[in-house]
Amino acid sequence: MARKLRILMAKPGLDGHDRGVKVVARGLRDAGFEVIYTGLHQTPEMIAETAIQEDVDAVGMSILSGAHMVLIPETMRLLKEKGAGDILMFGGGIIPEEDKKELYKMGCGKLFGPGTEIREIVDFLKEKFPDRT
Amino acid sequence: MLESTTSRLLEEFRSGDRRACGRLVSVVENEGRGAAEVLSELYPLTGRAFRVGITGPPGVGKSTLVEKLARLCRDQDRSVGIVAVDPTSPFSGGAILGDRVRMPSLFTDPGVFIRSMASRGGLGGLAMRTREACDVLDAFGYDFIIIETVGVGQIELDIASTAHSTVVVLVPESGDAIQMMKAGLMEIGELFCVNKSDRQGADRLALAIESMLGLRSSQDGWKPPVVKTVGTSGEGVDALLAALERHRSYLVESDLMSARRKFRVRVEIKELVEEKLKQKIWSRPEVDARLAGLVDEVMSESSTPYRAAAALLEFIRADSREEV
Repeated sequence: MARKLRILMAKPGLDGHDRGVKVVARGLRDAGFEVIYTGLHQTPEMIAETAIQEDVDAVGMSILSGAHMVLIPETMRLLKEKGAGDILMFGGGIIPEEDKKELYKMGCGKLFGPGTEIREIVDFLKEKFPDRT
Repeated sequence: MLESTTSRLLEEFRSGDRRACGRLVSVVENEGRGAAEVLSELYPLTGRAFRVGITGPPGVGKSTLVEKLARLCRDQDRSVGIVAVDPTSPFSGGAILGDRVRMPSLFTDPGVFIRSMASRGGLGGLAMRTREACDVLDAFGYDFIIIETVGVGQIELDIASTAHSTVVVLVPESGDAIQMMKAGLMEIGELFCVNKSDRQGADRLALAIESMLGLRSSQDGWKPPVVKTVGTSGEGVDALLAALERHRSYLVESDLMSARRKFRVRVEIKELVEEKLKQKIWSRPEVDARLAGLVDEVMSESSTPYRAAAALLEFIRADSREEV
């Protein structure tokens, strides 16, 4: 039986702008995915632990605070440390192109910006996990 | 036979690896290959945890109470497994699992493991495989397992046969004495919790529940306590935990614990057999072809669903005799 795609939508750091993450979570739900949402102000440690307990396929980080160069690599590092480096990291928010390049080099999956259509995110995830529903 | 990846997972699980624990929950949740063997392997390790069910209508504060209960258990140095169920959309098949939003203080506690589950077609307030997920957490060694149902209406009662103790959570606005007399939800509570009891009407609701309980014909001699709590502040949660402990002792002393376990094992075996039988029947192409023919007969009004069902049953019976 094909298993459902499980996605953790995480809102790390101190910014409280959660409209984007909620819209994406809702959109992924409507695409048939199981979306775990944990609320605001998550630390990388909380996100990595949650990803492991929930056995998600991917973690989507929503960051509008400008702290992405710290929060994304740190979360990836913790996942790796906990033996879960295979969990796909992706994200969205206000992330400058040069930072994106840097993060992609570290192995981060796609980072989406403002104006992205939900369909693009759904397509990206479906392509990454063709054996999931 | 276990596949090598599965047996490696089991090995890691036994050595206390949390990732392996999370993955094994997925294996049983998805009924993946080897799920039955995994559960068989884990079975000897289960049966030690105290399983508490938290149920009630949407928005009464179940998740918040779960967090406070878990915190209290942690203060007593007991480890806690939590299985929190939220509904799957019948339209898209997707789900938002948001119970964790109320539990952030537990995320990085190594003595706590939280697993969110989508109901996936389970109609009784739980997911199809909630019990199995609890078995995995039990086998991993958690002392106290809390199962949070989806927000239920009046008849989603699967939790009663899954947990040792079922807490029905209500709020002061939940209704009057007539609501309390209705069948369903109010019948499965072994404990009642009036949450958000800092609001007006809490005493009146507690009284209505008490008087309903006074009328209840008690089958097993346990009188469910009514506990008032305020989930956000944690007020009354110690009384709730103490009441749960009393219920647990009562179950053990009255031998109900093992009687219920026996009953559950019986139900479980029956369910497993039914599932296998169903699978076996509907996966046969001959049966499928015969079914298609019978559907046509009903559509063309030369038969009825009742006659068609009888004919199909006869066909299946004859067919399986040939097979043997």
